[in-house]
Amino acid sequence: MIQVNDLRKSFGGEEVLKGITATFEKGKTNMIIGASGSGKSVFLKNMLGLFEPDAGEIIYDGEPLHDMEIERKSELRKEMGMLFQHSALFDSMTVEENVMFPLRMFTKMKLPERLARANEILSRVNLIGLNKKMPSEISGGQQKRVALARAVVNNPRFLFCDEPNSGLDPNTATVIDQLIQEITHERKITTVIISHDMNSVMEIGETIVFLKDGKLAWKGTNEEIFRTDNKAVTEFVYSSNLFHKVRIAQNKGF
Amino acid sequence: MRFIRHIGRYMIMLFSVFRRPTKTSVLKELILKETDDLIIGSLGITAFISLFMGAVVALQTSLNLDNPLIPKSLIGFATRQSIILEFAPTFISVIMAGKVGSFITSSIGSMRVTEQIDALEVMGINPLNYLIFPKIIALLFYPFLIAIIMFVGIGGGYLASVYGNLVSSEDFIIGLQDSFIPWHVGYAFIKTMVFGLILATIPSYHGYYMEGGALEVGKASTTSFVWTCVAIIISNYILTQLLLS
Repeated sequence: MIQVNDLRKSFGGEEVLKGITATFEKGKTNMIIGASGSGKSVFLKNMLGLFEPDAGEIIYDGEPLHDMEIERKSELRKEMGMLFQHSALFDSMTVEENVMFPLRMFTKMKLPERLARANEILSRVNLIGLNKKMPSEISGGQQKRVALARAVVNNPRFLFCDEPNSGLDPNTATVIDQLIQEITHERKITTVIISHDMNSVMEIGETIVFLKDGKLAWKGTNEEIFRTDNKAVTEFVYSSNLFHKVRIAQNKGF
Repeated sequence: MRFIRHIGRYMIMLFSVFRRPTKTSVLKELILKETDDLIIGSLGITAFISLFMGAVVALQTSLNLDNPLIPKSLIGFATRQSIILEFAPTFISVIMAGKVGSFITSSIGSMRVTEQIDALEVMGINPLNYLIFPKIIALLFYPFLIAIIMFVGIGGGYLASVYGNLVSSEDFIIGLQDSFIPWHVGYAFIKTMVFGLILATIPSYHGYYMEGGALEVGKASTTSFVWTCVAIIISNYILTQLLLS
């Protein structure tokens, strides 16, 4: 579980995060949603320790991040997996080498064991046969799946995903979403996903945190989000043409 | 003020490069790869330039020797001194700033733009150690490259002098051996070591701390080349004062 208390962060005098408190539960897909510029990415980067917060605390399974020595932080990060928005695959390595990278860095596994583990996880994300390809030789959706395989290959306790299905077609986006949810449930990982894709929210948003202008504007589940009266949330949710039409249909009694 | 901030951040970077080391087996592989990319990969172009520069030095010296009282062996002497003292260590380092320095800045800068450095950091790896330390170690082999360049440069001078009928082979070799001070080679290698450190770290700094997108990667490469050259030229002057004055 990750607990965030009163998190604040400013850049050049402008306060981007204005005291956010939230809980991200273990074994669930926890989503952070909000419009562009609402502070989602800054919030995530603070949680990962890539930014130093101005105030507030982030607690990983009872351990406050800011109290940790740099070595302990490094150890904790070995238990984190991260799926970046643009995949962030190492472009000098093949698909297989990318997936094996965390195993090579942090385990004493020999090459055959690492290969077996990489193949197992690549088959899990339906990418068998692409092992020797370079990241530039595969599609965006395949890159995302490789990045997901790399993120979970070392059985992390915490999984972070920054807009995992941005730029993907709806089918591939659904596949990625389902994979994330399945892996989260199977391995009881605390998963935190940043998204502004309402399809993802409906599909896998077990707990949802809605940010607006650097503040927590609403929290709930994917069932509650369509029933809330919160104006900021309804504006965001029904800004999608599809959902807008669904709401009109609902109001008409269909 | 901005300059002082850069110096401070550069120093912090140098210190951080040696903290939280990467797994030894991985580092060994990275060092071999960087040595291949940075040293072996530069051998062809630097040897080519050196061969012709040595030839031009010999040719220029010969063309300016119009006094019959000055022995022709001076061509060999001038070629040796020019190549060992300045051309091989300094001129080639400026060329390396363009070739190797731009490569380092753009490769690290691209990794920054595409979040690969963030990925390393999130995994608990010290990106500075993973990316820059192997380059520093690889460039410790830089004096070996310069030693080869010295031979090739003097060889170029010899070929141009002898086959261009500027001087006889014997006279050129007499000049080559005349008043030889072994310390000059030591001085050249000390300079080369310092330039190697500059070549590994300044371009890395510009790549690692760059901000923006693909356009900024290009700008960072240019800035890195300029500052690497400035650092090489200034340290060349300081080292010459310290070691030869």
